[in-house]
Amino acid sequence: MARITMRQAITDALREEMLRDENVFIMGEEVGVWGGTYAVTRGFYDEFGPRRVRDTPISEMVIGGAAVGAAMNGLRPVAEFMTINFAFVAFDAIVNHAAKLRYMFGGQMKIPLVFRAPGGGGRQLGATHSHTPDVIFAHFPGLKVVSPATPYDAKGLMKTAIRSDDPVLFIEHATLYQIRGEVPTEEYTVPIGVSDVKREGSDVTIVAYAQGLQVALEAAAELAQEGIEAEVVDLRTLRPLDMGPVVASFKKTFKAVVVEEGHRSYGIGAEVAARLQEEAFDYLDAPIKRVAQLEVPLPYSRELEQSALINKDRVIAAVKEIL
Amino acid sequence: MDKSTLLEWYRQMVLIRRFEQKSAELYQLGKIGGFLHLYIGQEAIAVGSIAARQAGDHVITAYRDHGHALAVGSETKYVMAEMLGKSTGVSQGKGGSMHLADVSRNFWGGHAVVGAHLSLAAGLGLSEQYKGTDNAVLCYFGDGATNIGYFHESLNLSGVWDLPVLWICENNQYGMGTAVDRASAVSAIMQKATAYGMDGKQVDGMNVFKVYEAVGEALQAIRDGKGPQFLEMITYRYEGHSMGDPLRYRTKDEVEKWREDDAIGILERHILENKVAGKDALDAIDKAVEQELETAVQFAEESPLPAAAELFTDIYVDL
Repeated sequence: MARITMRQAITDALREEMLRDENVFIMGEEVGVWGGTYAVTRGFYDEFGPRRVRDTPISEMVIGGAAVGAAMNGLRPVAEFMTINFAFVAFDAIVNHAAKLRYMFGGQMKIPLVFRAPGGGGRQLGATHSHTPDVIFAHFPGLKVVSPATPYDAKGLMKTAIRSDDPVLFIEHATLYQIRGEVPTEEYTVPIGVSDVKREGSDVTIVAYAQGLQVALEAAAELAQEGIEAEVVDLRTLRPLDMGPVVASFKKTFKAVVVEEGHRSYGIGAEVAARLQEEAFDYLDAPIKRVAQLEVPLPYSRELEQSALINKDRVIAAVKEIL
Repeated sequence: MDKSTLLEWYRQMVLIRRFEQKSAELYQLGKIGGFLHLYIGQEAIAVGSIAARQAGDHVITAYRDHGHALAVGSETKYVMAEMLGKSTGVSQGKGGSMHLADVSRNFWGGHAVVGAHLSLAAGLGLSEQYKGTDNAVLCYFGDGATNIGYFHESLNLSGVWDLPVLWICENNQYGMGTAVDRASAVSAIMQKATAYGMDGKQVDGMNVFKVYEAVGEALQAIRDGKGPQFLEMITYRYEGHSMGDPLRYRTKDEVEKWREDDAIGILERHILENKVAGKDALDAIDKAVEQELETAVQFAEESPLPAAAELFTDIYVDL
């Protein structure tokens, strides 16, 4: 085991997969000479050269589409959008092509690619640079959407994403790059589409993922000091969504709070709450609470921006409302 | 050009035209659903250009794709079955008229978001370059596609990365009902290629010989390491944009004028005037095409609809 950052975990996964499979290559804005805007691919250009680490023009539409085209014909691109906000420009390539071509052509082709996209708010970047639109992409069948919360999961999920024969959108919350966690030195993978209990408890179920998971764990630690034991379930993958551990936990606690950084309306919380009442209606002891971003564009000014985002106090308040 | 090649070109062009006419009939009968875009008038482009490719070259086009499917050699009956939404269709009934593909023949579709497939073509080109082959990509699109961002990003990337892509603009004078000079700041589309380091060239898209020659040269230039190439085929679609086209944007005289220089007519005259073959040989081909179409329609009509379980197949590979 080594204690490394999530950034390092993703870097290690990319590098190991490039060494493992000649067909894996990286493309995107500033991924090469610059070393990646978030330094995830630092050193790759020198190690693998310009053939396998490809700097693109600022052209998200063709970054998305060319990755699909290369994947159709047998390569395994890892295409980076500098931020998920810019992936909006490539929305058509991602949801209308990567996610649809295999089905539309009767299974004649595979699209084995990974779209990497740092995302999330809280960094004073203003409204157009701070989205957490994960759920929008997760809406579409054909795409797998993954967003890890820990270095261990990030590395294991990235390896699985690269080896997957399906298109995967891999969302990296930018505020998580610095967090540290234990990661095995030996080879391992984490399956896509499997939720994971990150903390056991019997009083309430907190469902979260990505940065929301870290917030949920902070809240759970503080609640524990008051004698409230929260079970925290990490979704890790938004599509396909694994409700198994969520439902199992809910049948134990009878209460749930869903935490997500995206907006509340039409969000993960809405989906999880709907599924819980469908799958475990008889266990429902209280309203399912949602802690999410307020319904505003994120402002620049630090305190104002923070006031719109999720935090542990809001999670604690939501838990106490239903206990 | 030897006799068998010319007769094969003639057969393909007649097959495409008759396939389209038959499709229009089946559409009116309600047997073909969705949108239907006919290739009538433009046959020389698909046939002449695909005749110039080598086996490993890829073909990708927009939604007016029946001609390309037939020209790459997809069996008529499987293409027709797709039109009718049958499980025996090239895309198993899940794609329809606009989404024909036959990957076994390096034909990657059939794409209906204008311009989007140019980015896929760049990626196909990248894949061949990455693997170190000398294969190229023939990417077809209409004049309308040259006004969307995908076009500019894809051509630019092909120039920056030296991708082996032959960009083939089928300028049929209208993007739906909007004439080229009402939609494009330059009416000679080839000028747009120069911005991305390519010498665009205009070709008479009604003349299969000129198409074949220009495409052959362009593909050779790509294989010689001269980077991506761009051809603007000047052509015309005789029918509307799709079956629901009110045709308010052009006159009957204009259509008639283009028909005088018909693609099949040009080839037919060449064959007869140069005594490559006689009228009886062409008549025999016409008859064989009718027979093939009749068989194809019968096959499509008798083929089963996709099974209910097919709704859920091929969404993912591993799930």
